[in-house]
Amino acid sequence: MQDFSIITDAIHSFLLTYLPGWLTVTVECVLIGVGLLLVYALLALFYIYYERKVCAAFQCRLGPNRVGPWGLLQSFADMFKILIKELIQLNNIDKFLFALAPYLVIIASMLAFAVLPWGNGLQIIDFNIGIFFLIAVSSIGVLGILLAGWSSNNKFTLIGALRSGAQMVSYELSVGLSVITMVCLAGTMSVGGIVDEQSDLWFIFKGHVPAIIAFVIYMIAGTAECNRGPFDLPEAESELTAGYHTEYSGIHFGFFYLAEYLNLFIVSGVASLLFLGGWMPLHIPGWEAFNNVMDYIPSVVWFLGKAFLLSFVIIWFKWTFPRLRIDQMLSLEWKYLLPIGLFNLALMTCVIVFGWHF
Amino acid sequence: MITLDIFGITNNGLLAVTALLTGFALVALAMWIAGLISPRSFNPQKGEAYECGIPTRGESMSQFKVGYYLFAILFLMFDVETVFLFPWAVRMRELGVQGLISIAVFFGVLVLGLIYAWRKGALEWK
Repeated sequence: MQDFSIITDAIHSFLLTYLPGWLTVTVECVLIGVGLLLVYALLALFYIYYERKVCAAFQCRLGPNRVGPWGLLQSFADMFKILIKELIQLNNIDKFLFALAPYLVIIASMLAFAVLPWGNGLQIIDFNIGIFFLIAVSSIGVLGILLAGWSSNNKFTLIGALRSGAQMVSYELSVGLSVITMVCLAGTMSVGGIVDEQSDLWFIFKGHVPAIIAFVIYMIAGTAECNRGPFDLPEAESELTAGYHTEYSGIHFGFFYLAEYLNLFIVSGVASLLFLGGWMPLHIPGWEAFNNVMDYIPSVVWFLGKAFLLSFVIIWFKWTFPRLRIDQMLSLEWKYLLPIGLFNLALMTCVIVFGWHF
Repeated sequence: MITLDIFGITNNGLLAVTALLTGFALVALAMWIAGLISPRSFNPQKGEAYECGIPTRGESMSQFKVGYYLFAILFLMFDVETVFLFPWAVRMRELGVQGLISIAVFFGVLVLGLIYAWRKGALEWK
């Protein structure tokens, strides 16, 4: 298996020969920051293109195909266009909170993004409570959305923000419960540890029935968490113009857009981490030759492949299901997903106690 | 076999701060560039709230429906439960039967809470 820590270790020792220790750490932190920024922005641009292409395919259209080969440069052009748009000064808004909201939304998704394991030795933050940290920081985003809706001094944004708050807060429970279910199986909360635990078999196969139930619950709750799909009530354009970001213009709006697509990647990345083994290749116990062949595919390809596949499923939800009403959305969470999630946790406990898992 | 720290930095807090500053820098940088190259024009109509084109009536930052509040309270209850369940989930195999029984009692109380809220009609959208 390729190990990316060889490259990072080489850079580390190279820097140490020329620089003192503290400066080396500073330079490395700057390198990590720049890398994070580039990957974050490029991935968001790729996701915008991906969503538009998939949406086009569902509606029997071609999608973007004029700018660059297969329209690949379309989202770069869009990003540049959004940069040169005017930032409109509004009357009667709470200026400080209005400016603060995009910071919170972007920082929440950036912190969650830094926890994801990209490949063997290619992970930035690895706390021993990694997955818990991820849930904690990704819920900061709700604050940003609530502030955006409140500070805009607009009735539509206020309704959108409150809907979004109720929705994200509710569905966070189901996300948390399915994560606990998998933490029971893994016996660790560290992201690296969870990936290591799946080196013989992925958790979705290992965990018997409860793992599959947890996966389905996670995918539904994750779709709601990133305000997408049939759960896009906070920005229901036919009811609320554009929801909580109605009053934002230019790049200010772009931040919310960016964070939304990154949240889509984070949700599918966490799903692939918890259920499909993160960057771990597909291993089947006993099939040594098969496992060796699988090890030749780089770990980054495995991780991105799984994440893009799960994102495709979430985009598929969006272009297939009609939007839910607010009462339907809340009853789906509180009367179906939450009791099923609680029951599923008990089921997983039984499976582990009696040793039924593989 | 597997090394997890990038660049051998074992201080995860430092890396978390790096990620936080990166997020901050992304917004600040983009806002700065947009401020430099975006056009400016003034029109008294432009600063109005965007609500269907007719002038806004009344105060927009108003008090709002209590229904959302109820769900926030319920969320608090279950979120604290999640926080308590995590340590048990990690050490589940080591804690054995004793841990299992105590968490079952805790779990039972919470399920009763959910049933109570359900029966009281707190989960209905009114």
